[in-house]
Amino acid sequence: MTDQAINAPAATAPAAKENLYTAKPWTLIWWRFRRHVLAMVSLWFLAILSLMAVFAETVAPYDPFGIERLLTFSPPTAVRIIHDGQLHWPFVYGLARERDPETARVTYVDDYDKVLPIKLFISGDDYSFFGLFKTDIHLFGVESRRDKINLLGTDSLGRDVFSRLVHGARVTLSAGLIGVAFAFVLGLTLGSISGYFGGWIDASIQRLMEFIRSVPTIPLWMGLAAALPVAWDPIFVYVLITLILALIGWTHLARVVRGQFFAIRNEDFVLAARLAGASEYRIITKHMLPSMTSYIIAALTLAVPEMILGETALSFLGLGLRPPVVSWGVLLQDAQNLRSISLAPWLLSPGLAVVFTVLAFNFLGDGLRDAADPYGQ
Amino acid sequence: MVGFILHRAFWAIPTLIFVSLISFFIIQLPPGDYVTAYVAQLRNGGEYVTLAQEEALRQSMGLNDPIIVQYWRWISDIVFRGDFGQSLEWNAPVGTLIWDRLGLTLAISTLSMLFTWAIAIPVGVYSATRQYSVFDYLFTVFGFLGKGIPDFLLALVLMWIGFAYMQIDVGGLFSPEYQTAPWSFDKVINLLSHLWIPIVVLATGGAAGLIRVMRANMLDELGKPYVETAYAQGLSERQVVWNYPVRVALNPFISTVGWALPALFSGDVITAVVLNLPTTGPLLLKALQMQDMYLAGSFILILSVFTVIGTLVSDVLLAWSDPRIRYA
Repeated sequence: MTDQAINAPAATAPAAKENLYTAKPWTLIWWRFRRHVLAMVSLWFLAILSLMAVFAETVAPYDPFGIERLLTFSPPTAVRIIHDGQLHWPFVYGLARERDPETARVTYVDDYDKVLPIKLFISGDDYSFFGLFKTDIHLFGVESRRDKINLLGTDSLGRDVFSRLVHGARVTLSAGLIGVAFAFVLGLTLGSISGYFGGWIDASIQRLMEFIRSVPTIPLWMGLAAALPVAWDPIFVYVLITLILALIGWTHLARVVRGQFFAIRNEDFVLAARLAGASEYRIITKHMLPSMTSYIIAALTLAVPEMILGETALSFLGLGLRPPVVSWGVLLQDAQNLRSISLAPWLLSPGLAVVFTVLAFNFLGDGLRDAADPYGQ
Repeated sequence: MVGFILHRAFWAIPTLIFVSLISFFIIQLPPGDYVTAYVAQLRNGGEYVTLAQEEALRQSMGLNDPIIVQYWRWISDIVFRGDFGQSLEWNAPVGTLIWDRLGLTLAISTLSMLFTWAIAIPVGVYSATRQYSVFDYLFTVFGFLGKGIPDFLLALVLMWIGFAYMQIDVGGLFSPEYQTAPWSFDKVINLLSHLWIPIVVLATGGAAGLIRVMRANMLDELGKPYVETAYAQGLSERQVVWNYPVRVALNPFISTVGWALPALFSGDVITAVVLNLPTTGPLLLKALQMQDMYLAGSFILILSVFTVIGTLVSDVLLAWSDPRIRYA
């Protein structure tokens, strides 16, 4: 414990120093983590994103499946605060539909006479709030029948990309988290057995991990995912896809756990527990696992982006989740060819969401790992 | 050294058996079998096939045998006769379909790996020797971005930029006029003008990670006393850095060559689909979509075998560059 205290953030005031010596390990980790700016920003970003995903129906201004025939491929609506040279409550202009005289393609221009102020907690499409009650309150929107606020534009069927993105976040993020949960159970079990017992058990589990690592991931994922029948219930397919992701992803976690076990297997406190007559199971679960929780959490955080990228790639190729399920990978299917990207670049926005989320998980994981290392600076 | 290579080659055998089992498992996964699919195809073509005929066909192809016998027949055909089975979709032997495209996949993977190294080693060394300089920060940002951007997204964006702002046609490996033309100097130039996008896409992801590894390794080594000794002997910075710490720092680098190969093959699949390259990726995807499982399974088998060989090569390289490993 003294090691940790010495390397913890330098405290200036005597009172703070007092705190430092009596602080619990988790408090110390939190103090160190707090100094990591990027990790803190990522934590906030992910917290907000998760909230948006959980309350997707409320946050999204429109129904993700609501087709709008007269508003296909409309560009993102700009939120403005200056109207006629004067400051104004945030608003959007209505859109006027025009046709290009040469190509006959529909174009949209701002209608500067139609000012639509953004209203908060406005009533819109009906939805069921977690199956508890029916409501029509949305976080934001505009009060107009004809005009809409499409923060990220619309797709080929006139569906609001922002609403779909928010609903997709729910599927993509939860797929990542559930996948990691599966991988965690597998990796923790096999990794701890491997690291604790050593010998031939360790050797054979190591071999198994090497075998799995030697197969190229994406082709293997594709092979397993393609075998799922098209006709199955989308929710069931979703669970199976996360299982498939986990089936290959657990090796990294098992490596981390095994390495940690090797490192602390011969520590004095383990020997003490053994001399006191504790069972093997008790030694592993009560003494060794708690001492490496922080490392495991960091490794878990770093494993999430891999799962998210895997889900996105599979769905993008049409082998993972399929419409009508909305996930970021499914959304990116619309942006598969050059024609639609050059016509409607905003269809790539789910890709940006993937990049930001993956980066945030990486920064968060790095921050956690640094904070959890008692010998770090 | 020879003993070491033989030992490692021996250890590759169980891995090869394992990957072949996985590939066979994938072939067997979808409901129904080869005959079900074949008969469905015949019926679609308007032919009349009775259940008895279907059963006879199944009997003659040995599909009623125990699974282990079927596996043995499949793998022995591949190993002893190079026969990968028949592709339903293409109505051609799987072998010819694969070899046509595998060469290009290997070429692109190898080129992007060399490119990855050409970026990662100098940049990693620079970042470590000039820690916390402007360029170090710049490369760090690049490293994180490269890790976060999925391959296919980068391919899409590059394709879009090339198409919309640089007025070049992208996708595929040749412009239409060179597609069937005999090899010439112009055709090679044309090939290169198309090849840079997949190589950049594949190399970015790999380089991003390797720069971080190289930088961390170098930082560990630069603080060691032997580096100081070398400086004290009056050697120039370039001599010190490139002759001593770089050689040590390269070790973990070489040992990850084996992992780089599966990553490259994986990345290649998606990138090639997006960029419409005539490599293994799109064919594998199509095979999987059509549940043309002999083709798909063989692809996965061959890609995995190349990975195992790659790992073997990287082990041998590692032993060659570091005597401590050879004699351990």
